[in-house]
Amino acid sequence: MPSLKDLKNRIASVKATQKITKAMKMVAAAKLRRAQEAAEAARPYSQRMAAVLANIAQAVGADDGAPALMTGTGKDDTHLLVVCTAERGLCGGFNSQIARHARDHVRKLLAAGKTVKIICVGKKGFDILRREYASLIIDRVDLREVKKIGFQNADQIGHKVIALFEKGEFDVCTLFYSEFKSVIAQIPTAQQLIPASAGPVAVEASDASAVYEYEPDAGAILSDLIPRNISVQIFRALLENVAGEMGAKMSAMDNATRNAGDMINKLTLSYNRQRQAQITKELIEIISGAEAL
Amino acid sequence: MVMANSFNFELVSPERLLLSEQVTEVVIPATEGEMTVMANHAPTMTTIKPGIVTVKTADGKADRFVVFGGFADILPTGCTLLAESAVHVDELDRTALEKRIDAARAELDGAGDEKKTRVDQFIAELTKLGEIVIPA
Repeated sequence: MPSLKDLKNRIASVKATQKITKAMKMVAAAKLRRAQEAAEAARPYSQRMAAVLANIAQAVGADDGAPALMTGTGKDDTHLLVVCTAERGLCGGFNSQIARHARDHVRKLLAAGKTVKIICVGKKGFDILRREYASLIIDRVDLREVKKIGFQNADQIGHKVIALFEKGEFDVCTLFYSEFKSVIAQIPTAQQLIPASAGPVAVEASDASAVYEYEPDAGAILSDLIPRNISVQIFRALLENVAGEMGAKMSAMDNATRNAGDMINKLTLSYNRQRQAQITKELIEIISGAEAL
Repeated sequence: MVMANSFNFELVSPERLLLSEQVTEVVIPATEGEMTVMANHAPTMTTIKPGIVTVKTADGKADRFVVFGGFADILPTGCTLLAESAVHVDELDRTALEKRIDAARAELDGAGDEKKTRVDQFIAELTKLGEIVIPA
């Protein structure tokens, strides 16, 4: 049975924790808004990029001059996984969800006899995947110092991936991130980067039947565009991730605050009960003392 | 008729949509030389080099933006410029530009011949840009 003083201390410490989680929740909410705005602002670019890309792909596809980044190497022996997670924890199951999704994928590939290489973006994913697949991780990108994710960060990762591809280090590249559906729902997603899947975009482009003039020529533009598109995809994934992380953190901290509140109620109840018991005990002592006289 | 000669111009960078307006004339620094886009231009797709985009809006105002590479998608009814990065002329400062030049220089080491000429050209373009926009 904890003493009155113990209970008092306990309540004070839970109250302090509650204050912290409440503050974190509010910070996450503010950051979430900003992250959502950033994701929204980046949308026009990636949409137009997809439309243009589909247009050119149609033009080039006819004369088979498509660059290797689009057609792939023709094999699928070596897979590169780019796993994007958050830099910080305390955001519920956000990081472990992405890592689990990636891990399932790795397991499937390994079972099929493929070679797997992993690039980790973000510290948390690295920490989780390192336990099981330390030998497969070939690189990690640290974005901890980055306050606001800019296109340059994504571009660097994109360049890294393309350099590896040109060296023939892998055949298929898949990007893992968490799609931001809403504050409470983030869906871990896998997206193939190389060879570029032009499936869904090709359909909507068919209405743009305009015959384009290309300067310098379609092939040159396409080979300039595809690396850029890869960076754009990574950029979008990173932005979605930030928004998702903040959303997850917000709901996790909201839960924590509520739990702390419940705990304080319970502790206060037993504190009061004990105090009352002590008073009663003292009263009985006095009364029985008086009766004895 | 003002409307007949104007078209919708959009300047987009990966971070945001910088401009979306009715304009009469846009000068873009295409890789093969500067070109002026006006309404009813033939559909063209071109890559662009670092340089200045000059926009003349439908109500007669002129505006300038600095872009660092990208490409433009031109249709008779509109023009979309997807820039790798773009800023308004007034917001460009020398240190940011120099940082870019340094980054490009770093790429020079260990680059192949073909890439070398490309990067060299890129640096020259950036330097020229700096001289035009920011008087030393």
